[in-house]
Amino acid sequence: MRKGTLRQILLITDGCSNKGEDPASVAALCYEQGITVNVIGILDDNQSEDVEGLQEVEAIARSGGGVSQIVYSKDLAQTVQMVTRQAMTQTIQGFVHQELKEILGRDQGLEDIEPEKRGEIMEVVEDLGEKSDLEVLVLVDTSASMHDKLPTVKDSLIDLSISLTSRIGDNRFSIYRFPGKRNDTEKVLDWSPDFSEIQSVFPKLTSGGITPTGPALREAMYQFSKKNLLRSFYHETESDESSF
Amino acid sequence: MKQKAMNLLSNLPPGTVITGKWHHKTYRIKKKLGSGAVGSVYLCDAAGQEVALKISDKSASLTVEVNVLTSLKQVQGSLGPYLLDVDDWVTRNGKVYSFYVMEYVRGIPLRTFIKQHGSSWIGVFMLQLLDDLTRLHQSGWIFGDLKLDNLIVMTNPPRLRWVDVGGTTQKGRAIKEYTEFYDRGYWQLGTRRAEESYDLFALTMVFLHLFYPNEFERREQPLQQLYRRIDQVKALAPYRKILKKAISGKYQTSTEMRRELFHIVSQNTRTSRSRRSRKKQDNLRHAPFVIETLGITIIALGYYLLSLFL
Repeated sequence: MRKGTLRQILLITDGCSNKGEDPASVAALCYEQGITVNVIGILDDNQSEDVEGLQEVEAIARSGGGVSQIVYSKDLAQTVQMVTRQAMTQTIQGFVHQELKEILGRDQGLEDIEPEKRGEIMEVVEDLGEKSDLEVLVLVDTSASMHDKLPTVKDSLIDLSISLTSRIGDNRFSIYRFPGKRNDTEKVLDWSPDFSEIQSVFPKLTSGGITPTGPALREAMYQFSKKNLLRSFYHETESDESSF
Repeated sequence: MKQKAMNLLSNLPPGTVITGKWHHKTYRIKKKLGSGAVGSVYLCDAAGQEVALKISDKSASLTVEVNVLTSLKQVQGSLGPYLLDVDDWVTRNGKVYSFYVMEYVRGIPLRTFIKQHGSSWIGVFMLQLLDDLTRLHQSGWIFGDLKLDNLIVMTNPPRLRWVDVGGTTQKGRAIKEYTEFYDRGYWQLGTRRAEESYDLFALTMVFLHLFYPNEFERREQPLQQLYRRIDQVKALAPYRKILKKAISGKYQTSTEMRRELFHIVSQNTRTSRSRRSRKKQDNLRHAPFVIETLGITIIALGYYLLSLFL
Protein backbone atom coordinates (compact mmCIF):
# COMPACT_ATOMS: atom_id res chain seq x y z
CA MET A 1 0.00 0.00 0.00
CA ARG A 2 1.30 3.45 -0.84
CA LYS A 3 1.94 5.80 2.01
CA GLY A 4 0.03 9.06 2.05
CA THR A 5 -0.01 12.33 3.94
CA LEU A 6 -2.19 12.89 6.99
CA ARG A 7 -3.29 16.46 7.61
CA GLN A 8 -4.29 17.69 11.05
CA ILE A 9 -5.15 20.91 12.79
CA LEU A 10 -4.44 20.89 16.52
CA LEU A 11 -6.39 23.54 18.38
CA ILE A 12 -5.28 24.37 21.93
CA THR A 13 -7.63 26.64 23.85
CA ASP A 14 -8.98 27.35 27.31
CA GLY A 15 -12.33 28.87 26.61
CA CYS A 16 -15.27 29.65 24.47
CA SER A 17 -15.04 31.44 21.15
CA ASN A 18 -16.69 34.84 21.19
CA LYS A 19 -16.05 36.28 17.76
CA GLY A 20 -16.96 35.24 14.22
CA GLU A 21 -18.57 32.11 12.84
CA ASP A 22 -19.29 28.88 14.71
CA PRO A 23 -15.98 26.99 14.91
CA ALA A 24 -17.76 23.63 14.64
CA SER A 25 -19.07 24.56 11.20
CA VAL A 26 -15.59 25.52 10.01
CA ALA A 27 -14.26 22.25 11.44
CA ALA A 28 -16.83 20.39 9.36
CA LEU A 29 -15.51 22.18 6.26
CA CYS A 30 -11.95 21.21 7.15
CA TYR A 31 -12.98 17.58 7.50
CA GLU A 32 -14.64 17.72 4.09
CA GLN A 33 -11.26 18.69 2.66
CA GLY A 34 -9.45 15.83 4.32
CA ILE A 35 -8.10 17.79 7.27
CA THR A 36 -8.78 16.37 10.72
CA VAL A 37 -9.42 18.85 13.55
CA ASN A 38 -8.28 17.88 17.06
CA VAL A 39 -9.04 20.04 20.07
CA ILE A 40 -7.45 20.22 23.51
CA GLY A 41 -9.16 22.24 26.21
CA ILE A 42 -6.96 23.38 29.09
CA LEU A 43 -8.40 23.70 32.58
CA ASP A 44 -7.16 25.87 35.41
CA ASP A 45 -6.11 23.87 38.47
CA ASN A 46 -9.22 24.94 40.37
CA GLN A 47 -11.73 24.24 37.57
CA SER A 48 -13.85 21.12 37.46
CA GLU A 49 -13.99 19.04 34.32
CA ASP A 50 -17.43 20.10 33.14
CA VAL A 51 -16.69 23.81 32.94
CA GLU A 52 -19.05 25.93 30.87
CA GLY A 53 -16.95 27.26 27.96
CA LEU A 54 -15.22 23.99 27.21
CA GLN A 55 -18.27 22.15 25.89
CA GLU A 56 -17.45 23.66 22.52
CA VAL A 57 -14.22 21.64 22.48
CA GLU A 58 -15.95 18.33 21.91
CA ALA A 59 -18.35 19.76 19.34
CA ILE A 60 -15.50 21.14 17.21
CA ALA A 61 -13.55 17.88 17.26
CA ARG A 62 -16.63 15.84 16.48
CA SER A 63 -17.49 17.80 13.37
CA GLY A 64 -13.79 17.94 12.48
CA GLY A 65 -13.49 14.14 12.53
CA GLY A 66 -10.87 14.36 15.22
CA VAL A 67 -10.19 13.70 18.88
CA SER A 68 -10.84 16.02 21.81
CA GLN A 69 -9.60 15.98 25.36
CA ILE A 70 -9.98 18.34 28.31
CA VAL A 71 -6.97 18.39 30.65
CA TYR A 72 -5.24 20.20 33.49
CA SER A 73 -2.09 21.90 32.26
CA LYS A 74 0.23 19.49 34.08
CA ASP A 75 -1.00 16.65 31.85
CA LEU A 76 -0.82 18.68 28.67
CA ALA A 77 2.38 17.22 27.21
CA GLN A 78 1.25 13.61 27.28
CA THR A 79 -2.24 14.55 26.08
CA VAL A 80 -1.01 16.51 23.07
CA GLN A 81 0.98 13.59 21.71
CA MET A 82 -1.72 11.05 22.60
CA VAL A 83 -4.46 13.02 20.86
CA THR A 84 -2.33 13.46 17.75
CA ARG A 85 -1.45 9.76 17.56
CA GLN A 86 -5.00 8.68 18.28
CA ALA A 87 -6.35 10.92 15.53
CA MET A 88 -3.82 9.51 13.07
CA THR A 89 -4.87 5.96 13.87
CA GLN A 90 -8.51 6.96 13.67
CA THR A 91 -8.08 8.52 10.24
CA ILE A 92 -6.17 5.53 8.92
CA GLN A 93 -8.69 3.16 10.45
CA GLY A 94 -11.50 5.06 8.78
CA PHE A 95 -9.68 4.72 5.51
CA VAL A 96 -9.06 1.00 6.02
CA HIS A 97 -12.69 0.47 7.05
CA GLN A 98 -13.73 2.09 3.82
CA GLU A 99 -11.53 -0.27 1.85
CA LEU A 100 -12.84 -3.22 3.84
CA LYS A 101 -16.41 -2.30 3.08
CA GLU A 102 -15.58 -2.29 -0.58
CA ILE A 103 -14.03 -5.73 -0.31
CA LEU A 104 -16.41 -7.38 2.16
CA GLY A 105 -19.58 -5.57 1.28
CA ARG A 106 -21.72 -3.02 3.06
CA ASP A 107 -22.09 -2.95 6.86
CA GLN A 108 -19.09 -5.13 7.44
CA GLY A 109 -16.82 -3.71 10.12
CA LEU A 110 -13.78 -4.87 12.04
CA GLU A 111 -16.12 -6.60 14.53
CA ASP A 112 -17.48 -8.90 11.83
CA ILE A 113 -14.10 -10.39 11.13
CA GLU A 114 -12.64 -13.24 13.16
CA PRO A 115 -10.27 -12.06 15.91
CA GLU A 116 -7.34 -13.82 14.21
CA LYS A 117 -7.74 -11.91 10.93
CA ARG A 118 -8.38 -8.65 12.78
CA GLY A 119 -4.77 -8.76 13.90
CA GLU A 120 -3.49 -8.63 10.36
CA ILE A 121 -5.64 -5.62 9.56
CA MET A 122 -4.44 -3.75 12.63
CA GLU A 123 -0.87 -4.49 11.61
CA VAL A 124 -1.53 -2.66 8.37
CA VAL A 125 -3.08 0.27 10.27
CA GLU A 126 -0.09 0.47 12.61
CA ASP A 127 2.31 0.24 9.74
CA LEU A 128 0.61 3.12 7.92
CA GLY A 129 0.61 5.23 11.09
CA GLU A 130 4.32 4.70 11.45
CA LYS A 131 5.25 5.41 7.86
CA SER A 132 2.75 8.04 6.71
CA ASP A 133 3.86 11.60 6.32
CA LEU A 134 2.17 13.98 8.70
CA GLU A 135 1.36 17.68 8.54
CA VAL A 136 0.22 19.36 11.74
CA LEU A 137 -0.87 22.96 11.97
CA VAL A 138 -1.01 24.01 15.61
CA LEU A 139 -3.46 26.74 16.49
CA VAL A 140 -2.75 28.28 19.90
CA ASP A 141 -5.25 30.42 21.77
CA THR A 142 -3.31 33.45 23.06
CA SER A 143 -6.18 35.38 24.58
CA ALA A 144 -5.46 36.96 27.98
CA SER A 145 -6.56 34.01 30.12
CA MET A 146 -3.94 31.77 28.47
CA HIS A 147 -1.05 33.87 29.82
CA ASP A 148 0.13 31.49 32.56
CA LYS A 149 -0.32 28.44 30.36
CA LEU A 150 1.83 29.45 27.40
CA PRO A 151 5.14 28.07 28.77
CA THR A 152 3.43 24.70 29.31
CA VAL A 153 1.98 24.79 25.79
CA LYS A 154 5.45 25.44 24.40
CA ASP A 155 6.94 22.49 26.34
CA SER A 156 4.11 20.24 25.16
CA LEU A 157 4.75 21.14 21.53
CA ILE A 158 8.45 20.35 21.90
CA ASP A 159 7.40 17.04 23.44
CA LEU A 160 5.04 16.39 20.53
CA SER A 161 7.84 16.92 18.06
CA ILE A 162 10.02 14.42 20.01
CA SER A 163 7.26 11.84 19.66
CA LEU A 164 6.49 12.42 16.02
CA THR A 165 10.05 12.69 14.77
CA SER A 166 10.69 9.28 16.36
CA ARG A 167 8.42 7.82 13.67
CA ILE A 168 9.69 6.57 10.33
CA GLY A 169 7.47 8.90 8.25
CA ASP A 170 8.23 12.58 7.59
CA ASN A 171 6.69 15.44 9.55
CA ARG A 172 5.88 19.06 8.85
CA PHE A 173 4.74 21.42 11.58
CA SER A 174 3.62 25.00 11.69
CA ILE A 175 2.20 27.20 14.43
CA TYR A 176 -0.39 29.98 14.36
CA ARG A 177 -1.75 32.05 17.22
CA PHE A 178 -5.12 33.69 17.71
CA PRO A 179 -5.82 36.51 18.34
CA GLY A 180 -2.68 38.03 16.84
CA LYS A 181 -1.33 41.46 17.62
CA ARG A 182 -3.16 43.06 14.70
CA ASN A 183 -5.27 40.38 13.06
CA ASP A 184 -7.45 37.53 14.24
CA THR A 185 -4.72 35.06 13.35
CA GLU A 186 -0.97 35.40 13.12
CA LYS A 187 1.80 33.08 11.95
CA VAL A 188 4.30 32.04 14.64
CA LEU A 189 6.32 29.37 12.84
CA ASP A 190 6.27 28.48 9.16
CA TRP A 191 6.22 24.85 7.95
CA SER A 192 9.32 23.09 9.26
CA PRO A 193 10.36 19.49 9.98
CA ASP A 194 10.61 19.99 13.75
CA PHE A 195 10.20 22.52 16.53
CA SER A 196 13.88 23.39 17.00
CA GLU A 197 13.22 27.10 16.45
CA ILE A 198 10.29 27.21 18.79
CA GLN A 199 12.30 28.52 21.77
CA SER A 200 12.97 31.86 20.08
CA VAL A 201 9.68 32.41 18.27
CA PHE A 202 7.02 31.16 20.67
CA PRO A 203 4.89 34.02 22.02
CA LYS A 204 5.45 34.97 25.64
CA LEU A 205 2.72 37.56 25.61
CA THR A 206 -1.00 37.25 25.25
CA SER A 207 -3.18 39.83 23.62
CA GLY A 208 -6.74 40.96 24.12
CA GLY A 209 -9.86 39.34 25.46
CA ILE A 210 -11.43 38.13 22.24
CA THR A 211 -11.26 34.50 21.14
CA PRO A 212 -11.92 34.27 17.38
CA THR A 213 -11.77 30.46 17.16
CA GLY A 214 -13.94 30.18 14.04
CA PRO A 215 -12.00 32.67 11.92
CA ALA A 216 -8.72 31.14 13.14
CA LEU A 217 -9.80 27.68 11.97
CA ARG A 218 -10.77 29.12 8.61
CA GLU A 219 -7.33 30.69 8.28
CA ALA A 220 -5.71 27.34 9.17
CA MET A 221 -7.77 25.60 6.50
CA TYR A 222 -6.74 28.27 4.02
CA GLN A 223 -3.06 27.78 4.88
CA PHE A 224 -3.37 24.06 4.16
CA SER A 225 -5.03 24.56 0.81
CA LYS A 226 -2.56 27.30 -0.13
CA LYS A 227 0.30 24.96 0.67
CA ASN A 228 -1.16 22.16 -1.41
CA LEU A 229 -1.93 24.53 -4.25
CA LEU A 230 1.69 25.68 -4.28
CA ARG A 231 2.87 22.13 -4.25
CA SER A 232 0.63 21.06 -7.09
CA PHE A 233 1.92 24.09 -8.95
CA TYR A 234 5.51 22.99 -8.45
CA HIS A 235 4.90 19.35 -9.29
CA GLU A 236 2.43 19.90 -12.06
CA THR A 237 3.09 16.62 -13.77
CA GLU A 238 3.96 14.30 -10.89
CA SER A 239 0.74 13.90 -8.99
CA ASP A 240 1.94 10.98 -6.91
CA GLU A 241 0.68 12.47 -3.69
CA SER A 242 -2.07 10.30 -2.30
CA SER A 243 -4.03 11.38 0.72
CA PHE A 244 -6.56 9.74 2.94
CA MET B 1 -22.05 7.18 25.70
CA LYS B 2 -18.45 6.04 25.49
CA GLN B 3 -18.06 6.88 29.16
CA LYS B 4 -20.93 4.56 29.98
CA ALA B 5 -19.31 1.64 28.20
CA MET B 6 -16.07 2.29 30.07
CA ASN B 7 -17.93 2.29 33.38
CA LEU B 8 -19.74 -0.93 32.59
CA LEU B 9 -16.58 -2.72 31.53
CA SER B 10 -14.53 -1.51 34.49
CA ASN B 11 -17.24 -2.50 36.99
CA LEU B 12 -18.28 -6.00 36.00
CA PRO B 13 -19.48 -7.68 39.22
CA PRO B 14 -17.99 -11.01 40.42
CA GLY B 15 -20.04 -13.90 39.08
CA THR B 16 -20.57 -12.33 35.66
CA VAL B 17 -20.18 -14.94 32.96
CA ILE B 18 -18.47 -13.96 29.74
CA THR B 19 -18.92 -16.28 26.79
CA GLY B 20 -16.94 -15.93 23.58
CA LYS B 21 -18.82 -15.36 20.34
CA TRP B 22 -16.32 -17.17 18.13
CA HIS B 23 -14.73 -19.90 20.27
CA HIS B 24 -17.63 -20.35 22.75
CA LYS B 25 -15.42 -20.58 25.83
CA THR B 26 -16.86 -19.44 29.16
CA TYR B 27 -15.19 -17.30 31.84
CA ARG B 28 -16.64 -16.49 35.28
CA ILE B 29 -15.36 -13.26 36.85
CA LYS B 30 -13.84 -13.64 40.34
CA LYS B 31 -12.49 -10.14 40.95
CA LYS B 32 -11.06 -7.10 39.24
CA LEU B 33 -7.28 -6.89 38.96
CA GLY B 34 -6.92 -3.41 37.47
CA SER B 35 -7.87 -0.82 34.85
CA GLY B 36 -5.75 0.97 32.29
CA ALA B 37 -5.98 3.22 29.25
CA VAL B 38 -7.02 0.39 26.97
CA GLY B 39 -9.26 -1.71 29.21
CA SER B 40 -9.87 -3.59 32.46
CA VAL B 41 -8.32 -6.83 33.65
CA TYR B 42 -10.26 -9.43 35.67
CA LEU B 43 -9.28 -12.59 37.45
CA CYS B 44 -11.54 -15.30 36.03
CA ASP B 45 -12.32 -18.94 36.43
CA ALA B 46 -12.11 -20.96 33.22
CA ALA B 47 -13.18 -24.54 33.89
CA GLY B 48 -11.33 -24.61 37.21
CA GLN B 49 -8.26 -22.77 35.95
CA GLU B 50 -7.41 -19.22 37.09
CA VAL B 51 -6.82 -16.86 34.16
CA ALA B 52 -6.57 -13.11 33.56
CA LEU B 53 -9.08 -11.59 31.12
CA LYS B 54 -8.68 -8.15 29.57
CA ILE B 55 -11.79 -6.57 28.10
CA SER B 56 -12.22 -3.24 26.28
CA ASP B 57 -14.51 -1.20 24.07
CA LYS B 58 -11.45 -0.26 22.00
CA SER B 59 -11.30 -3.27 19.75
CA ALA B 60 -8.45 -1.87 17.65
CA SER B 61 -6.11 -1.14 20.57
CA LEU B 62 -6.85 -4.52 22.09
CA THR B 63 -6.07 -6.21 18.79
CA VAL B 64 -2.69 -4.46 18.70
CA GLU B 65 -1.91 -5.91 22.15
CA VAL B 66 -2.96 -9.35 21.00
CA ASN B 67 -0.55 -9.03 18.07
CA VAL B 68 2.31 -8.34 20.49
CA LEU B 69 1.38 -11.29 22.72
CA THR B 70 1.16 -13.57 19.70
CA SER B 71 4.62 -12.50 18.55
CA LEU B 72 6.06 -12.97 22.05
CA LYS B 73 4.69 -16.49 22.11
CA GLN B 74 7.12 -17.31 19.36
CA VAL B 75 10.12 -16.07 21.35
CA GLN B 76 11.96 -18.80 23.23
CA GLY B 77 11.07 -19.09 26.90
CA SER B 78 8.32 -17.20 28.63
CA LEU B 79 8.40 -13.50 27.86
CA GLY B 80 5.30 -11.89 29.24
CA PRO B 81 2.03 -13.65 30.07
CA TYR B 82 1.02 -16.52 27.81
CA LEU B 83 -1.92 -15.77 25.49
CA LEU B 84 -4.76 -18.30 25.81
CA ASP B 85 -7.78 -16.99 23.90
CA VAL B 86 -9.04 -14.02 21.86
CA ASP B 87 -12.75 -13.43 21.37
CA ASP B 88 -15.75 -11.06 21.48
CA TRP B 89 -18.43 -10.85 24.14
CA VAL B 90 -21.98 -10.00 23.11
CA THR B 91 -23.86 -8.53 26.07
CA ARG B 92 -27.54 -9.14 26.75
CA ASN B 93 -28.50 -5.88 25.03
CA GLY B 94 -26.48 -6.65 21.93
CA LYS B 95 -23.29 -4.65 22.51
CA VAL B 96 -20.06 -6.28 21.36
CA TYR B 97 -16.82 -5.96 23.33
CA SER B 98 -13.48 -7.55 22.52
CA PHE B 99 -11.44 -9.44 25.08
CA TYR B 100 -8.41 -11.65 25.37
CA VAL B 101 -7.41 -14.19 27.96
CA MET B 102 -3.92 -14.78 29.29
CA GLU B 103 -2.13 -16.75 31.95
CA TYR B 104 -2.59 -15.29 35.44
CA VAL B 105 0.74 -14.27 36.94
CA ARG B 106 0.41 -14.45 40.73
CA GLY B 107 2.96 -12.46 42.68
CA ILE B 108 3.68 -9.47 44.86
CA PRO B 109 4.74 -5.92 43.91
CA LEU B 110 8.49 -5.39 43.61
CA ARG B 111 8.59 -2.66 46.27
CA THR B 112 6.81 -4.87 48.82
CA PHE B 113 9.20 -7.72 48.14
CA ILE B 114 12.30 -5.53 48.60
CA LYS B 115 10.87 -4.12 51.85
CA GLN B 116 10.34 -7.64 53.19
CA HIS B 117 13.49 -9.33 51.94
CA GLY B 118 16.09 -6.59 51.79
CA SER B 119 18.01 -4.78 49.11
CA SER B 120 20.39 -7.68 48.45
CA TRP B 121 17.75 -8.79 45.92
CA ILE B 122 18.19 -5.68 43.81
CA GLY B 123 21.17 -7.03 41.90
CA VAL B 124 19.38 -10.32 41.30
CA PHE B 125 16.25 -8.69 39.90
CA MET B 126 18.25 -6.27 37.79
CA LEU B 127 20.01 -9.24 36.28
CA GLN B 128 16.77 -11.16 35.69
CA LEU B 129 15.20 -8.13 34.05
CA LEU B 130 18.22 -7.63 31.81
CA ASP B 131 18.11 -11.33 30.85
CA ASP B 132 14.51 -10.99 29.72
CA LEU B 133 15.15 -7.69 27.96
CA THR B 134 18.11 -9.17 26.12
CA ARG B 135 15.96 -11.99 24.79
CA LEU B 136 13.18 -9.57 23.86
CA HIS B 137 15.61 -7.22 22.14
CA GLN B 138 17.27 -10.01 20.23
CA SER B 139 13.91 -10.97 18.78
CA GLY B 140 13.39 -7.45 17.44
CA TRP B 141 11.16 -5.88 20.09
CA ILE B 142 11.46 -3.05 22.63
CA PHE B 143 9.36 -3.23 25.81
CA GLY B 144 8.55 0.50 25.85
CA ASP B 145 6.37 1.02 28.89
CA LEU B 146 8.71 -0.53 31.46
CA LYS B 147 7.66 0.63 34.94
CA LEU B 148 7.22 -0.52 38.51
CA ASP B 149 3.49 -1.12 38.03
CA ASN B 150 4.20 -3.53 35.20
CA LEU B 151 6.55 -5.71 37.24
CA ILE B 152 5.66 -8.42 39.69
CA VAL B 153 7.71 -10.85 41.79
CA MET B 154 6.66 -14.49 41.62
CA THR B 155 7.78 -16.18 44.82
CA ASN B 156 9.34 -19.62 45.32
CA PRO B 157 11.84 -19.04 43.88
CA PRO B 158 11.70 -15.24 43.54
CA ARG B 159 11.51 -14.29 39.87
CA LEU B 160 10.77 -10.86 38.46
CA ARG B 161 8.21 -10.87 35.64
CA TRP B 162 6.46 -8.26 33.55
CA VAL B 163 2.70 -8.39 33.30
CA ASP B 164 1.59 -5.78 30.75
CA VAL B 165 3.06 -5.77 27.26
CA GLY B 166 0.82 -2.98 25.90
CA GLY B 167 3.78 -0.72 25.08
CA THR B 168 5.91 -3.32 23.32
CA THR B 169 7.04 -1.88 19.99
CA GLN B 170 9.01 -3.16 17.02
CA LYS B 171 12.58 -1.87 16.91
CA GLY B 172 13.04 1.33 14.93
CA ARG B 173 9.46 2.59 15.30
CA ALA B 174 8.07 5.21 17.65
CA ILE B 175 7.37 3.93 21.19
CA LYS B 176 3.68 3.07 21.38
CA GLU B 177 2.92 3.75 25.03
CA TYR B 178 5.00 5.28 27.80
CA THR B 179 4.83 6.77 31.27
CA GLU B 180 6.42 10.21 31.66
CA PHE B 181 8.57 9.43 34.71
CA TYR B 182 10.21 6.51 32.88
CA ASP B 183 10.43 8.16 29.46
CA ARG B 184 13.78 9.52 28.30
CA GLY B 185 11.96 11.94 26.00
CA TYR B 186 10.35 13.59 29.01
CA TRP B 187 13.77 13.93 30.67
CA GLN B 188 15.13 15.44 27.43
CA LEU B 189 17.73 12.68 27.26
CA GLY B 190 16.80 11.10 23.94
CA THR B 191 14.16 10.31 21.36
CA ARG B 192 11.10 8.06 21.59
CA ARG B 193 12.42 5.74 18.93
CA ALA B 194 12.23 2.08 19.96
CA GLU B 195 15.87 1.28 20.68
CA GLU B 196 17.48 -0.98 23.29
CA SER B 197 18.82 2.10 25.09
CA TYR B 198 15.21 3.29 25.56
CA ASP B 199 14.42 0.27 27.74
CA LEU B 200 17.71 0.56 29.65
CA PHE B 201 16.83 4.15 30.59
CA ALA B 202 13.43 3.01 31.86
CA LEU B 203 15.05 0.12 33.75
CA THR B 204 17.18 2.59 35.70
CA MET B 205 14.11 4.67 36.48
CA VAL B 206 12.39 1.53 37.82
CA PHE B 207 15.09 1.13 40.44
CA LEU B 208 15.05 4.85 41.23
CA HIS B 209 11.28 4.82 41.64
CA LEU B 210 11.69 1.95 44.09
CA PHE B 211 13.49 4.31 46.48
CA TYR B 212 11.57 7.48 45.65
CA PRO B 213 7.92 6.39 46.01
CA ASN B 214 6.86 9.98 45.36
CA GLU B 215 8.01 10.62 41.82
CA PHE B 216 9.95 13.82 41.25
CA GLU B 217 9.68 16.29 38.38
CA ARG B 218 12.22 17.41 35.82
CA ARG B 219 14.38 20.43 36.68
CA GLU B 220 17.09 22.34 34.83
CA GLN B 221 19.92 19.99 33.81
CA PRO B 222 17.95 16.74 34.10
CA LEU B 223 21.03 14.54 33.67
CA GLN B 224 22.78 16.03 36.71
CA GLN B 225 19.51 15.83 38.62
CA LEU B 226 19.15 12.09 37.93
CA TYR B 227 22.83 11.44 38.72
CA ARG B 228 22.32 13.13 42.10
CA ARG B 229 19.23 11.05 42.77
CA ILE B 230 21.17 7.87 42.04
CA ASP B 231 24.02 8.96 44.32
CA GLN B 232 21.63 9.59 47.19
CA VAL B 233 20.37 6.00 47.36
CA LYS B 234 22.69 3.86 49.48
CA ALA B 235 21.23 0.56 48.29
CA LEU B 236 22.11 1.45 44.70
CA ALA B 237 25.75 2.27 45.51
CA PRO B 238 27.22 -0.88 43.89
CA TYR B 239 25.36 -0.15 40.65
CA ARG B 240 25.91 3.61 40.42
CA LYS B 241 28.33 3.41 37.55
CA ILE B 242 26.19 1.25 35.26
CA LEU B 243 22.94 3.03 36.13
CA LYS B 244 24.51 6.34 35.16
CA LYS B 245 25.75 4.86 31.92
CA ALA B 246 22.21 3.62 31.16
CA ILE B 247 20.68 7.01 31.96
CA SER B 248 23.07 8.84 29.66
CA GLY B 249 22.59 6.36 26.80
CA LYS B 250 26.12 4.90 26.88
CA TYR B 251 24.92 1.35 26.29
CA GLN B 252 23.90 0.46 22.74
CA THR B 253 22.62 -2.98 23.76
CA SER B 254 21.22 -4.67 26.84
CA THR B 255 23.91 -7.36 26.50
CA GLU B 256 26.61 -4.78 27.29
CA MET B 257 24.83 -3.63 30.42
CA ARG B 258 24.09 -7.17 31.51
CA ARG B 259 27.74 -8.11 31.18
CA GLU B 260 28.92 -5.22 33.36
CA LEU B 261 26.21 -5.85 35.93
CA PHE B 262 27.11 -9.52 36.10
CA HIS B 263 30.70 -8.57 36.83
CA ILE B 264 29.62 -6.25 39.67
CA VAL B 265 27.14 -8.70 41.16
CA SER B 266 29.53 -11.63 41.23
CA GLN B 267 32.29 -9.54 42.79
CA ASN B 268 29.95 -7.99 45.25
CA THR B 269 28.73 -11.27 46.70
CA ARG B 270 32.25 -12.66 46.87
CA THR B 271 33.68 -9.77 48.90
CA SER B 272 30.71 -9.48 51.20
CA ARG B 273 30.71 -13.20 51.93
CA SER B 274 34.42 -13.35 52.71
CA ARG B 275 34.16 -10.27 54.89
CA ARG B 276 31.28 -11.70 56.83
CA SER B 277 32.94 -15.06 57.42
CA ARG B 278 36.10 -13.38 58.65
CA LYS B 279 34.07 -11.42 61.15
CA LYS B 280 32.49 -14.61 62.38
CA GLN B 281 35.90 -16.17 62.88
CA ASP B 282 37.03 -13.11 64.79
CA ASN B 283 34.07 -13.45 67.08
CA LEU B 284 34.90 -17.08 67.76
CA ARG B 285 38.50 -16.28 68.48
CA HIS B 286 37.55 -13.60 70.99
CA ALA B 287 34.85 -15.65 72.68
CA PRO B 288 36.94 -17.53 75.33
CA PHE B 289 38.65 -14.32 76.33
CA VAL B 290 35.32 -12.55 76.83
CA ILE B 291 33.88 -15.40 78.92
CA GLU B 292 37.00 -15.54 81.05
CA THR B 293 36.97 -11.80 81.79
CA LEU B 294 33.28 -11.88 82.57
CA GLY B 295 33.73 -14.80 84.96
CA ILE B 296 36.56 -13.14 86.88
CA THR B 297 34.56 -9.94 87.20
CA ILE B 298 31.57 -11.77 88.62
CA ILE B 299 33.69 -13.62 91.18
CA ALA B 300 35.42 -10.36 92.14
CA LEU B 301 32.07 -8.66 92.53
CA GLY B 302 30.83 -11.54 94.67
CA TYR B 303 33.80 -11.29 97.02
CA TYR B 304 33.34 -7.51 97.21
CA LEU B 305 29.66 -7.79 98.18
CA LEU B 306 30.49 -10.50 100.71
CA SER B 307 33.11 -8.25 102.29
CA LEU B 308 30.53 -5.51 102.72
CA PHE B 309 28.23 -7.73 104.78
CA LEU B 310 30.89 -9.31 106.93
